[in-house]
Amino acid sequence: MKYLQLIWAAMFRRKTRTIFTLLSVLAAFLLFGLLDSVRSAFATAANSVAGVDRLITVSKISFTLQLPKSLLERIEALPGVQSVAYANWFGGIYQDPKNFFANEAVADNFLDLYPEWQLTPEERRAFRNTRTGAVVGESLATKFHWKLGDKIPLQATIFPQKNGGNTWTFDLVGIYRVADPKQKSQENILFFNWNYFDEARAFGNGNVGWYTLRVTDRDRAQQVAQAVDALSVNSDHETKTQTEQAFNAAFVSQFGDIGLIVGAIMGAVFFTLILLTGNTMAQAVRERIPELAVLKTIGFSNQSVLGLVLAESVLLILLGGAVGLLLAGVVVDAVRAAIGTSVPMQRVGAAIWLRGLGLMLLIGLIVGALPARRGMRLRIVDALAGR
Amino acid sequence: MAAPVLRQVGSLLASLVLAAAAISVLAFAPWWLLLAGLLLLALWTLSTRIGRQSWSVTQVGLATIPQRLGACSVVVVGIAGVVAVLVALLAMAAGFEATLRQSGTDDTAIVMRAGAQTELNSVLDRDSAALVAQAPQVLRDAQGRPIASPELVLAASLPKKSNGLDANVEIRGIGERAWSLRPGVRVTAGRRFGPGLRELIVGKGAREQFAGLDPGATLALNGQTWTVVGAFDSDDAHNSELWADTDVVAATYRRGSSTASVTVRLTGADAFDAFKAGLASDPRLTVDVKSTRAYYSDQSAQLSKLIRVLGITIATIMAIGAVFGALNTMYAAVATRGREIATLRAIGFRAAPVIVSVLLETMLLALLGGLLGALVTWVLFNHYTVSTLGSNFTQVVFAFQVSAPVLWTGLKWALAIGLIGGLFPALRAARLPVTAGLREL
Repeated sequence: MKYLQLIWAAMFRRKTRTIFTLLSVLAAFLLFGLLDSVRSAFATAANSVAGVDRLITVSKISFTLQLPKSLLERIEALPGVQSVAYANWFGGIYQDPKNFFANEAVADNFLDLYPEWQLTPEERRAFRNTRTGAVVGESLATKFHWKLGDKIPLQATIFPQKNGGNTWTFDLVGIYRVADPKQKSQENILFFNWNYFDEARAFGNGNVGWYTLRVTDRDRAQQVAQAVDALSVNSDHETKTQTEQAFNAAFVSQFGDIGLIVGAIMGAVFFTLILLTGNTMAQAVRERIPELAVLKTIGFSNQSVLGLVLAESVLLILLGGAVGLLLAGVVVDAVRAAIGTSVPMQRVGAAIWLRGLGLMLLIGLIVGALPARRGMRLRIVDALAGR
Repeated sequence: MAAPVLRQVGSLLASLVLAAAAISVLAFAPWWLLLAGLLLLALWTLSTRIGRQSWSVTQVGLATIPQRLGACSVVVVGIAGVVAVLVALLAMAAGFEATLRQSGTDDTAIVMRAGAQTELNSVLDRDSAALVAQAPQVLRDAQGRPIASPELVLAASLPKKSNGLDANVEIRGIGERAWSLRPGVRVTAGRRFGPGLRELIVGKGAREQFAGLDPGATLALNGQTWTVVGAFDSDDAHNSELWADTDVVAATYRRGSSTASVTVRLTGADAFDAFKAGLASDPRLTVDVKSTRAYYSDQSAQLSKLIRVLGITIATIMAIGAVFGALNTMYAAVATRGREIATLRAIGFRAAPVIVSVLLETMLLALLGGLLGALVTWVLFNHYTVSTLGSNFTQVVFAFQVSAPVLWTGLKWALAIGLIGGLFPALRAARLPVTAGLREL
């Protein structure tokens, strides 16, 4: 620590060059912050810890196919199953297809399976008792300025009504909140009553999109899943049951390998960065050879010179990188405020900072290694003579 | 005291404006305008005195590059990185867009239930499908039958080759006239499926992305065994699909006699409006009519726009980093050549050749970087095949298209970065006080 001033002075020996290098590092880590925020959002969607004791049962052929509702009682009767709910994807459009959000018709016990969605008992009761009632997440309500009592019309894309109408109108009776900031994107769903949906839809009556079940013991989830699938084996509606987590992971992976794309881009960015700052450091040390020789003359050991140069390059990257990550945090928050929490970007939190700092340290050491070795090995006589 | 500061600020502003103007010209200029500019520059260097001076100063600068290879490679590699990422993402968007755009034509139309948006959501009963096919604007074949195909779009879950995870592949039930509806489709292996049989013919892209779809393979759908009897190549989004007989698919998936959509070949692209108006005025039908071109292009609009916006955002941030790298390198280059530049000025060279030479040198390095980045992307990613989730909740397979316009955009970015990175050092070089420069070291 006592050398900080020395390192600082060496770093800003050439102000313009150091500032330009800092700005390059800043740009690289701004990009790292943004991309890692997107990557984390997809990874979280795939690995939410909350879903480990919930199973999802869908048609084995494709989750877009329907299952008969008659399975409900048979699943409920299985040992290890605590409770079962069912739901249908509705796919309605609010005003414009661009306003996409998930909307689902759910059984009246569906929300009970998700204790992380906080709803007051009054709102819960109102949802059960209002035929055309709907509940939405807080983020979604904020986005469209909905408040309790509003009527929300949705244009059906899959399910027209029996009477030939294509517009379904729901009464907003509840707004749920998700406490965990990482799961805020789950506040972008609209739920309405399955009974109303089934009475009014033109076709498909008596079928459900999927079953969600809660198991009594999460360690036995695998056996329960197999038991559920055994119910319909060799029928014309075979099922596939997996944990909610596995289901989400499979769904997210269908968009493409986000991790691979982000990784490839970051590879290109950091490769460039290492070359760029490496060159700056080499230049800086080359210019300072006589000064380093003087340091050695007055008693600095080889190791301290090595340490000084390494510390300088690490400090350079840390400074630029930290500002870059701070900036990334501001940008992510701004985007989330502007578009809403449905945007796949996670806040730049501790995990991203930790990964970022690790990378900064690593790159700083790589970049400083060669120049530092040069500084350590230089011979005082040669260096002072300018050879 | 105030005057020099003001002059400095003024010249900084002037060079910023100059850089912005040059970049906007670069951004919007077609290639022939830039080529003309390049020719003019060549003419200028050859014919005028200052031009010849600039060229010889540039040559001296270029000759010293091998001595500062490390610094110059910063410019080249930095810009190559920007161009590679930009070109790769733009090529991805272009590939996705082209795959879907090619899937449609202006003289074929798709009819779905009103409000359905995608075929997956649509249900048409048999009577409606028959009515649509009987419209007078539908082209008829030699036997007088309308070229119309009632189609059903469903999905099957199959493991992907890349990660072994299950993903949805699209199964399209097609009518017997579908082959004359889409004459571009070639059967590349095996044969077409037989009408009324549980047989499938697989698209090229689906066969590449999913395991177990080679001709001869069998797969179980809803407890029934289906056989893959052939493979086809359509050069468009249909390559991601498995085709089978509509009626047999409907039976397997318990869809009764309904279909999802009817696709028809019209007598011509100009017949579309009459066809659409005719169906809209028929009280027995509640349908949406789109040309297949519009239907498939709409599906690509959102995702390709997203990829483009992402690509440009990422490339802009990377470009900012690369500009500072280039600035560092060129300032250092000007500093090391300070004595030489001062000597030139002392023996009568004007400022212009010095400015031009530094700018030219940076732009050449930038061009090299741009070409390198474009080449790397082209080698790695041209025709690189990936798939993503399409609007029917099934995988759409598409290939990156590293096309000429995309490469050209990449090169323009490279030149713009080189321009900014070179301009300020060039001005510094021109303003270097001669006496101080000569005295240095």
